[in-house]
Amino acid sequence: MQNDDLVAASAQRLFADVADIQAVIAAKDTSWKDRLWAGVEETGLNVAALPEDLGGAALGLYDSLGILRIAGGAALAAPLAETLLAGWMLGAAGLEMPAGRIAFGPSSFFDDVTLHADGSVSGAVARLPFARECAHAALLARGPEGLSVVLIALDDAAIERNSNLAYDPVDRVTLSKCRVVATRRAPAAFTADTALLIGAAARSLQIAGALEKILALTTEYVMQRRAFERLISGFQSVQHSVAQLAGEVAVSVSAARSAADAIEGLLKQGRDFGDPELRLEVISAKIRTASAAQKGAAIAHQLHGAIGVTREHVLHRLTLRVLAWRDDYGNESQWRERLGQLVCERGPEALWPLLATR
Amino acid sequence: MQTALEFQPLRLPEHVQRLRAEVRAFIRSEIDAGTFDPDSPEEDWSVHKQFAKKVAQRGWIGMTWPRQYGGQERSFLDRFVVNEEMMASNAPNTVYFTADRQSGPTLIKYASERIKSEVLPKIIAGEACFCIGMSEPDSGSDLFAAKCKATRTDGGWKINGSKIWTTNAHRADYMIGLFRTSSPTDKNRRHGLTSFLVDMKAPGITCNLIDQMSGVRDFNEVVFDNVFIPDDQLIGEVDGAWKQATTELAYERSGPERFLETFAVLRKLVEIAGSKPDARMTEAIGGLVAELHALRRMSVSVAGMLEAGREPVSEAAIVKDLGTLWEQDLPQRVRRATAHLPIDAASYGGFEQVLQFNTRIAPKLTIQGGTTEILRGVIARGLGLR
Ligand SMILES: Cc1cc2nc3c(=O)[nH]c(=O)nc-3n(C[C@H](O)[C@H](O)[C@H](O)COP(=O)(O)OP(=O)(O)OC[C@H]3O[C@@H](n4cnc5c(N)ncnc54)[C@H](O)[C@@H]3O)c2cc1C
Repeated sequence: MQNDDLVAASAQRLFADVADIQAVIAAKDTSWKDRLWAGVEETGLNVAALPEDLGGAALGLYDSLGILRIAGGAALAAPLAETLLAGWMLGAAGLEMPAGRIAFGPSSFFDDVTLHADGSVSGAVARLPFARECAHAALLARGPEGLSVVLIALDDAAIERNSNLAYDPVDRVTLSKCRVVATRRAPAAFTADTALLIGAAARSLQIAGALEKILALTTEYVMQRRAFERLISGFQSVQHSVAQLAGEVAVSVSAARSAADAIEGLLKQGRDFGDPELRLEVISAKIRTASAAQKGAAIAHQLHGAIGVTREHVLHRLTLRVLAWRDDYGNESQWRERLGQLVCERGPEALWPLLATR
Repeated sequence: MQTALEFQPLRLPEHVQRLRAEVRAFIRSEIDAGTFDPDSPEEDWSVHKQFAKKVAQRGWIGMTWPRQYGGQERSFLDRFVVNEEMMASNAPNTVYFTADRQSGPTLIKYASERIKSEVLPKIIAGEACFCIGMSEPDSGSDLFAAKCKATRTDGGWKINGSKIWTTNAHRADYMIGLFRTSSPTDKNRRHGLTSFLVDMKAPGITCNLIDQMSGVRDFNEVVFDNVFIPDDQLIGEVDGAWKQATTELAYERSGPERFLETFAVLRKLVEIAGSKPDARMTEAIGGLVAELHALRRMSVSVAGMLEAGREPVSEAAIVKDLGTLWEQDLPQRVRRATAHLPIDAASYGGFEQVLQFNTRIAPKLTIQGGTTEILRGVIARGLGLR
């Protein structure tokens, strides 16, 4: 516990020091990204979820994902979630983790990565977050002997640049007979959509963390902005909007942490990623944080008035990211459909027992 | 409030899950025996009375209360699980529900020793039904405008005036009511109200049932005509009831009853959708289940805060605000989801009646126990805005 708090505190400090939102907006170039990454590696945040024998911090998934809530609050535009999850997946397969930034995929339901018998990989990842900034990618692939974890060097891949709502990279990556740096059979607990599930959990925590910051900014703003000779926090409609924002934040934090806790706890019990309870937790978190992102961002902007839509103001770095993160590792419509399938297959009598398991 | 939004991901401990299995088996056997129908609330009061006795025999009423009054000092999480299993299957729990949730805990904290030792065991035995006498014709959200009067008399108090919207008053054994004992002061408009335990069989009480648009008949106008209350039925401090409210509100607002009242519609939807519905239907169901799960996890987390002895007033208000809006919206969303099914599938198994009933009760869900607007005021206060 102590140790994890220390990691959280050092993450907080690092992001404030080198990736302060206002400072990033004012920055003339992107050199802060390299300073940030140097700090990430120095504090070991990138290897948080990597086992100790492979040189990691072995924090456990719950605490590792907890770091991403803090990163979300800093609107961090760096592949920290991706690298951290890459380390987790490589470690789970018993593979070494290279230094530097690592992309993590598949990142959408339309991606398909195949490991050939000759040890090369082919396929496409439609929107791979931060691909162009990463030297490597850790991918879950279909292999001749089942699911495999593969590590590739991205300079072997064709990268077509694309960016998301928040202007962050989500590049199209095409692999044709690409050389594999390392590969292993995926752990038995993995399903074909495991990268999407764990990615969805990560994005839920990032959204939750960013929403917490959005609430803090909004509360502070309404208590200092005056209109009609009073603080706008005195208007009841403003109070009620902030209360609704708080509700969205609360449910996001609760759902995202619950999902992280469920993954760690259930995997420890020997369950796998096909486990209905685990899937309910993770999918719900992604669906609920995505809708909270939409409602929360809208309320925060409305209460900030014109200043909130300027490039100069910090708000958009958070609001555009929470909205963009909805689309990574399965968007809420896609996950709703899959959760609905799971529920319907099990039937009406199994619904309540599924909901009330924890 | 930053810390208040922590919502720890509480996992229910093993012993609580064992209790759940017992409760579930009990409910199953009662449904199989035809005692009640999980699709709609039971209307027959005698069924509620018999059910309360059976639940009492199993030790599931007042289970968190002190042993000296017949309780078992079990954890709040045990109570949570019993409660949510009952709610999810529309079990006929009306006799003891209010007493178990709030009246009992209020008595334990503020009532005289005679009342505690006389009344608490009756609740635990499933033999005492409570109602809550707060609202009046001119005092709803603004409780402190209450006018129904208690005046000093020999050995106690005399009550005159009326309460309204009092759920179950006509069949309750007791009321915990809020009465005007003196005028508010210039400094404190909340001053002057006092809580009393009222014996509903006392002479001078008339209950007039008020019909609801849903066909439900459970709330009343309660008229008091010189009703005598002995001194030791005073609850807490004379003129100081306002100091006593906060913790009870957290219990009252964060439980599973704040998002499960229309749950039967969702179960019915899954039933008529079948095992392989189209994408439109699975998407609708997946969304609803995801949101319900998220609400429930918040509610479990608040139960953990209560168990830990905290007073999660804002958190509970958040659960109730989001939960009641969700359960209110549920029938409309289910209606839209079934719009594309053939008529005979949509009316299968009494689905339409369940949908109609729950659509009719939907408006009240965000009014009972504190309106949406009042809850948001509470949340805003927690954030420091007022
Ligand atoms: C099914 C049901 C069961 C009930 N059971 C009980 C019971 O057992 N015992 C009991 O005592 N009461 C009971 N009530 C009453 C309930 O507590 C009140 O209805 C509720 O507190 C609202 O009061 P009101 O109806 O007088 O509405 P009002 O207080 O008159 O409110 C009308 C509208 O004005 C809004 N409003 C009021 N004040 C403010 C404000 N400051 N800011 C913004 N908006 C405001 C409200 O939110 C609401 O939308 C029950 C109600 C229902 C519907």
